[in-house]
Amino acid sequence: MKILIADDSHTDGMILAAIVRKEGHEVIVTFDGDQAVAKFVSEQPEIVLLDAMMPIKDGFQAATEIKAIAGENLVPIIFLTSLKDTDSLVKCLESGGDDFLSKPYNQVIIRAKLNAFARMRSMHMAMANHNRQLLLEQQTAKRVFENVVHSGCLDLPYINYELSPLAVFNGDTLLAQRRPDSGLHIFMGDFTGHGLPAAIGAMPLADTFYGMTAKGFGIEEIVVEINRKLNEILPMGVFCCGACAHLDLANKRLRLWIAGLPDAYLLHLDGSVERFSSKSLPLGILSSERYQVQVFDVQMQNDERLFLWSDGIHESRNDSGKMFGDQGLLSIFSDLEDIHQPIIPLIRNRLTQYVGTQGLEDDLSICDIRMHDPEPLLIERSPSKMPTRVAGNWQLEYSLGASALKSINPLPLLLQAINEAEWLKQMSGQIYTVIAELFSNALEHGVLGLSSSLKATPEGFADYYQQRQQKLDALSMGFVNLRLRHEAEHGRLSLIIEIEDSGSGFDWCQVENRAAGNAYSGRGTNLVRAIVDKLEYVGAGNKVVATMTYLPV
Amino acid sequence: MTISVDKNDATPAVTIKVRGRFDFSAHQEFRQAYESAQDVEEWVVDMTEANYLDSSALGMLLLLRDHAGGDSASIRIIGCNKDVKKILTISNFGQLFKIE
Repeated sequence: MKILIADDSHTDGMILAAIVRKEGHEVIVTFDGDQAVAKFVSEQPEIVLLDAMMPIKDGFQAATEIKAIAGENLVPIIFLTSLKDTDSLVKCLESGGDDFLSKPYNQVIIRAKLNAFARMRSMHMAMANHNRQLLLEQQTAKRVFENVVHSGCLDLPYINYELSPLAVFNGDTLLAQRRPDSGLHIFMGDFTGHGLPAAIGAMPLADTFYGMTAKGFGIEEIVVEINRKLNEILPMGVFCCGACAHLDLANKRLRLWIAGLPDAYLLHLDGSVERFSSKSLPLGILSSERYQVQVFDVQMQNDERLFLWSDGIHESRNDSGKMFGDQGLLSIFSDLEDIHQPIIPLIRNRLTQYVGTQGLEDDLSICDIRMHDPEPLLIERSPSKMPTRVAGNWQLEYSLGASALKSINPLPLLLQAINEAEWLKQMSGQIYTVIAELFSNALEHGVLGLSSSLKATPEGFADYYQQRQQKLDALSMGFVNLRLRHEAEHGRLSLIIEIEDSGSGFDWCQVENRAAGNAYSGRGTNLVRAIVDKLEYVGAGNKVVATMTYLPV
Repeated sequence: MTISVDKNDATPAVTIKVRGRFDFSAHQEFRQAYESAQDVEEWVVDMTEANYLDSSALGMLLLLRDHAGGDSASIRIIGCNKDVKKILTISNFGQLFKIE
């Protein structure tokens, strides 16, 4: 090691230098504090031996300066002193010294102390290296997580959210992705634990969420799949509380699943708050065979807002230890002056006042989503780019019987077929909408015999979905046949969608006249008509044919 | 935070009693508590003196459930105060444990 000695007594300094040199160290000798500081900077010794009483600059002052220069590097300073009184010895340590050596010198003790400090120094260096490495890894991990987790569409104007930059390492995740139709999926997750163990599950979660949303799966299927994946990979005792929402912008419907997170709030236009409580177990605990997904179906109106949050807000405590809870949140909502008001800053302010001296924790995750109309550009009748490769004729028929209707969502498979044709791929969102609307009409009105007039009121709406589930569970007969036909003939491209159900049909002439006037139903068909070139009901009305045609120039 | 284990010879049940805050700091103790008991048919987690429970405590309960046989485990959670019960309810742990 390189060791710096400062002692104004030349004799003492020489004796000490000789002893230290004999131990195999390189020695730099100085005679006052000023020189010591200067040599410390130029020679960068590893240990400093300082006499306390020196001219020009004493040892205490020199120690303070050397420690300041050393910064985070550990440079042990040992005071050389014949002082014996407690005050002086304390002063040595307070000015930055790590230990003292009493004069006259004892070679055995000097050796032992130098060895001890050398050990401490190398331990410190190993730890500092380790820490640097850890920070580097965390930064890299954070970047990777950001790329995967935050690749969705949280920046849409009708989504407001707050999420700590290190949220993923607090176990919080917020994801948003557009569906192929004009809808939107939002997922908020809260993994148990902190740091990397809490963050690791966010990767497969985000992957599954984005992938399945883009492929046209519904939130129930996505939640089941995420549960399956997390159950497989997460260690026992680690799980994910979550909420997943599907906002159907065209039909103004909300489907909401919530498990283990605090109540989600729906802010109605009249300022009232409707609460939705967790009905399912968190994700990653039960195997997929045993996991039950329950959802809420709610009719919304434009400008009504859905709020999702992790428990950071609710569990914030005031000085007397009381939690903010739903009570605190509800009082913010009841004080609102208008329902368009930004609420996240209000929550932050109120919470900051509430926690008082303890300060706000950095783990608040909030998401505020406003119901609104889908962007008009979604209804586009022809592809924006000329297809360079035209697929020939093909036909795909998918028939679902009673038990298949209970468990299979035919849309992802059909969407995949559509994506094979380049001209259709560009409009896959609209085509998805058409098939989704016509399929749910066939299933709900045709096979299950539900009347859409039930949906005329918000209460009836929830009822409708309850009945839908009950009737579907009890279904023993019936079918829906879906057929996609792609024709490329005489320079003309067409897609014909035929959907036939086992129901008794309906008086479609009459319904078509009525549909436009009903606020809560019939929108599906209007939307479909805006997208396709031709929509025809056939026979009794249990079969519908939608045609989209494209004439490349 | 303290954890104690009680085995009453009159019943086949082992009771794990949790006091104070049931959070990550209890991890080691709680694990030792259930690992030290042998041949247990029924488990009781007594929360009478627990005043708080966080998500890592839920994780510990799941570890106990796994240790006690997973889906076939028989575990009762008793004496929950309002806050503790609320957290168990939000997470729907009633599907996994008998909460009394």
